[in-house]
Amino acid sequence: MKQWDGFNNGAWSERIDVRDFIQRNYIPYKGDGGFLEKPTSRTQAVWQKVVELLTEERKKGGCLNVDTEIIASISSHPPGYIDRENEIIVGLQTDEPLKRALMPNGGIRMVVGAAEAYGYKVRQDLEQFYTEHRKTHNQAVFDAYTEEMKRVRKAGIITGLPDAYGRGRIIGDYRRVPLYGVDYLITDKQKSLKNIEYDIMEQDLIKAREEVSEQIRALEELKIMAADYGFDISGPAQNAREAVQWLYFGYLAAIKEQNGAAMSLGRVSTFLDIYIERDSRNGVITEKEAQELVDQLIIKLRIVRFLRTPEYNELFSGDPTWVTESIGGMGLDGRTLVTKNSFRFLHTLNNLGPAPEPNMTVLWSTLLPAAFKKFAANLSIETSSIQYENDDLMRPRWGDDYGIACCVSAMTLGKQMQFFGARANLAKALLYAVNGGWDENLGLQVGPRFAPITSDYLDYDEVMERFDNILDWLARLYINTLNIIHFMHDRYYYEKLQFALHDLDIERTMACGIAGLSVVADSLSAIRYARVKTVRNEKGYVIDYETEGDFPQMGNNDERVDSLAVDLVIRFMHKLKKQKTYRGAEPTLSILTITSNVVYGKKTGSTPDGRKAGEPFAPGANPMHGRDRKGALASMSSVARLPYDYSRDGISFTFSLIPKALGKTREDMVNNLSTLLDGYFARDGHHMNVNVFDRETLMEAMEHPEKYPQLTIRVSGYAVNFISLTREQQLDVINRTMHTKV
Amino acid sequence: MGKEGNVHSVETFGTVDGPGIRYVMFLQGCPLRCKYCHNPDTWEKGQGSVMNSDQIIEEINQYRSFYESSGGGVTASGGEPTLQPEFVKAVFSGVRELGLNTALDTSGFVEPDKIEGLLKLTDLVILDIKEISQEAHRDLTGVDNTLIQNFANEVEKLRIPMWIRHVIIPGITGSSESIRQLGEFISQFSIIERVELLGYHKMGSHKWELKGCSDPLADIPAASTEEVEKAKEALRAFGIKNVT
Repeated sequence: MKQWDGFNNGAWSERIDVRDFIQRNYIPYKGDGGFLEKPTSRTQAVWQKVVELLTEERKKGGCLNVDTEIIASISSHPPGYIDRENEIIVGLQTDEPLKRALMPNGGIRMVVGAAEAYGYKVRQDLEQFYTEHRKTHNQAVFDAYTEEMKRVRKAGIITGLPDAYGRGRIIGDYRRVPLYGVDYLITDKQKSLKNIEYDIMEQDLIKAREEVSEQIRALEELKIMAADYGFDISGPAQNAREAVQWLYFGYLAAIKEQNGAAMSLGRVSTFLDIYIERDSRNGVITEKEAQELVDQLIIKLRIVRFLRTPEYNELFSGDPTWVTESIGGMGLDGRTLVTKNSFRFLHTLNNLGPAPEPNMTVLWSTLLPAAFKKFAANLSIETSSIQYENDDLMRPRWGDDYGIACCVSAMTLGKQMQFFGARANLAKALLYAVNGGWDENLGLQVGPRFAPITSDYLDYDEVMERFDNILDWLARLYINTLNIIHFMHDRYYYEKLQFALHDLDIERTMACGIAGLSVVADSLSAIRYARVKTVRNEKGYVIDYETEGDFPQMGNNDERVDSLAVDLVIRFMHKLKKQKTYRGAEPTLSILTITSNVVYGKKTGSTPDGRKAGEPFAPGANPMHGRDRKGALASMSSVARLPYDYSRDGISFTFSLIPKALGKTREDMVNNLSTLLDGYFARDGHHMNVNVFDRETLMEAMEHPEKYPQLTIRVSGYAVNFISLTREQQLDVINRTMHTKV
Repeated sequence: MGKEGNVHSVETFGTVDGPGIRYVMFLQGCPLRCKYCHNPDTWEKGQGSVMNSDQIIEEINQYRSFYESSGGGVTASGGEPTLQPEFVKAVFSGVRELGLNTALDTSGFVEPDKIEGLLKLTDLVILDIKEISQEAHRDLTGVDNTLIQNFANEVEKLRIPMWIRHVIIPGITGSSESIRQLGEFISQFSIIERVELLGYHKMGSHKWELKGCSDPLADIPAASTEEVEKAKEALRAFGIKNVT
C-alpha cells in the first residue's frame, strides 16, 4: 500500500498488529528536550480562544452550553470548530466547543437532571421516549437490582457504581484508524463475523454476533463523521498530519457516543512519532510543524466534555474525563519506547500551560533514558500535572503495548478491557463487623444481622473473625452487583465504536476497588497494639471509640501495621476470586479513591484509629494525614509494600510536597525527584502522583481563583483544576499529607 | 551493642541539610536558647524517644539506595548533636560502613576535646553561626561564642569540608555590621564550601506557644527576599564563594 511506503513491513502488514508496527518502525530517543519548539502563532490563536471559552464556562458555573435538541451519536452533529482558519486538527463533540451533548443511553434522569442543574431544559419528548419506548442502562440495572443491593448502595458501603452513566475505562485502539484506514477494519470485522458461526447458536454467540454487527455499523458511521469534516478516512493515513487527524477522529467518535466515566486515549505518542519521523526523512515536516500537530491535538483533548450532574462532579472533583495518555516505558527487547514525540506531548504543558487533561502518565522504568527522566521530573516540579506508573512492574504482566485507563488501570491495547467496578468502603465494613451489619450513619440494618460485638474493649481476634465474615458477604454482593451492571451496560449502552477498535477475542477483568485501606489498617493496629474502648448509643450500637495508648500507624514503614494492610488486600482479593463473574471476567482490585475519599469519609462513622465520624479518608493507598512522622521515604515504603499481584488494577499514591522540601536548587530538585521515583519503583511501588507546590499558593488560589485559572494538582490517579474543586475538597488537599519539613 | 541516644525525630527524606537525599536525625537537647529558634521543643535534654544506634543504622540501611544514588547520606542535627557524641559516633561509624557520607549540623558550642573522635567520622560540618559580636551573641542565644569560634578553627585544622549557615533576622543578625563581621570571620577559613543565608521566618512561632511561652521575637517580621539577597551580595564582596 502506498500509504505505507517507507515503513518496515512485518506481521502488521498482513493483519492488525499495531505493536508489531511500532516495534519495527520506531526510533528510540535518548537525548534531551533541546530540540523542542515553541507553539506556532496558529496554535496560540486557537488556545487563546479556548482560554476565553474556559473562563466563560467557569463564570457560568462550570457548564458553557448544553445541546438540548440533538441526541448524540457518532455522526449526529454538523462539524464544529474553535477557530477554523487556525485549526490544524479538527473535530468537536458537538457543533460548538464546550457544548455538552445529550447521551441518554446511560440514564435519562442523569441527563435531564444535569441539564436542569445548569439551567437548561431538554427537548420535551426526550424523557418520554427514554422512559416509554427505549430503555436505558440505568433503568435496566434497577429492574434487576435486589433490595439488598439498593440498601448497600444507599449506605455507601459499595458506591460510585456505573449504574447511571457510561462505565468507561475502555480504550479503543485508536491507532488502528490511521494505520489501516477504516475500510480495512470493516473487512476484518466482517471476517470475524464469519468466524462466529457454530452448530448451536446459544446466548454468548448470539451476543457476539450482534456486537460485531454493531461495531461494523459504528465504523461506517465513523467514516461519515470524518467525511462531514471533509476527510476520507477509508484508507490509511499517508502523512503525520493525517495520522494525528485520523487517530483523533477515532477517539472523537468514541466520546461522541459514550459518556464513559474515564475515556482514556491509550498510548499514541510513540506510534505517531513514526509518522513524524517518516515525514521528516522525506523533508515534508519541520519540528515546528510537528509540535504544532501535537499542541493542537492536545488542545482538543483538553476540551472533552460530558453532561454530568453537579453531585457527580462533587464526587470526582471538578469535571474529569480521564483522557489518559501513557508515555514512555521500555520495550520487551530492552529498547526504550521514549521517542521525540514523548517529549513533544509533555512539552505541551510548557507551550499551553498546565492542565488536568489529558491525564499525562509517564510509564517510568529505572532504565528510562536519564535525560527523559530529568525532563519529566522538571515538568512535574513546574506544573504538578504528571503522574508516574511503574513500567518495570507492569511490563512483565501486560507486555509493552499496554495503556492506562482512567488513573491506574493497565490493559493491553486492543486486546483487553475491564468492567469498571468503583469501590467498596472497607472502613465501613469494619464498623459493620463491630455492629453486626448495622449502618452507623443511616441507623439501619444494612448487612445481614450478624452477632454484634458486645464487649467494652475490642479484642483483635474477635474483630478479625467478624470482619472476615463481613468481607465474605461484601465480596459476594459486590461482584453480583457488578454482574448486573455490566450485563445491562453491554445490552443497553454497548461501546460499539471502542470495541470495533479491539480484537474479537477480548480479555476481560472485573475491576473492583477498595477505599479506606489506611483507616482500616490503623484501626486494626489500634485494636491489636493499644486498647480500644467502645462508646455505645442507647440501643447498644457502637458509635464511637476511645483509644488508649500508642499504636503503630501506616506511613512509618513499620511492619507491624503495614502487614495488616497487606493482609487485608490479599484477603479481600481472595474473596473476590471465589465469585462467579459476568462473561468470565477475571476479578482484580484497585486501591484508588479518586477524590471520593472525602465523600466516603462523610458517610462513615468514627473508626478505632481515632478518625472521627465524617472525617475524610486518606486518598488511594496513602497513609492517613499527619500520621506518617518519619518523612517521605518511610511513608512511601509503607505503600510500596502493598502487593501489586493482588491489586492488579492499581495502587494509587499521592505525594505532595513543598518545593523547598525537594532541594535548594532546581538541579537538586530534579535529581532528588528522579531518585525518589527510581527508588519508589525499584521497591515495587506502583503509582505516584507528584505535586510540588506551596501551601501559600493554594491558600491564595482559594481566595483569588481568577489569578490561577490553570493551577493544576494531582489527586488520586488524575489531575484536577484546583479552582474548580469544592471548598471542602480544596481544604482536604491543603491539609492532606504535605511533606513540609525544611 | 549500639549506643543509646535521645532522639527528637527523624526525617527519611531530608534534602537541605547537606548534599543529596539524606536521613536526618534531630537529636534532643541543646545548650543554646536562641530567641529565634524554630524548634524550641528540642531544647530539653533527656526527652524525646530513646533509640539505639543499631536500630537507626538498620533503618538507614532500608533507604540506602536513595541516599547512595543521590550522593546523599546521613545528617546529625538537633537540638545539638554534639551533646550526645558517643551516640552520634556509633551512628556515623555504622553509616560509613554502609558507604554513605556523614554530616554534622551543629552550633559548634562544644569543647573540641569532647568530640575529637566524632569529627574523625564526619565528612561535612554544617556550622550554624548565629552572630559574631560577643555581646549580641549572648543576648540572642544566652551563651558566649568563644567555643564556637574555637570549634571552627578545630575543623579547619582537621581539614573537614564545612558549610556555614546564618539566619538573617531583620535588624539583628541581618544588619550590615553583622554581615560585615561574618564576612571577615568566614574569610579566614579555607575549608568552606558553601555559605547559606536563611531568611528568618515565623513558622516556628506556634511552637513557642506550645511550650507555654511567648515568642521573644514576636515583634520582628520575617526577613524579606531583598534583605537576604543584599546580605548575600555583601558576603560575595568579601570574595566568598558559593553563597546561596
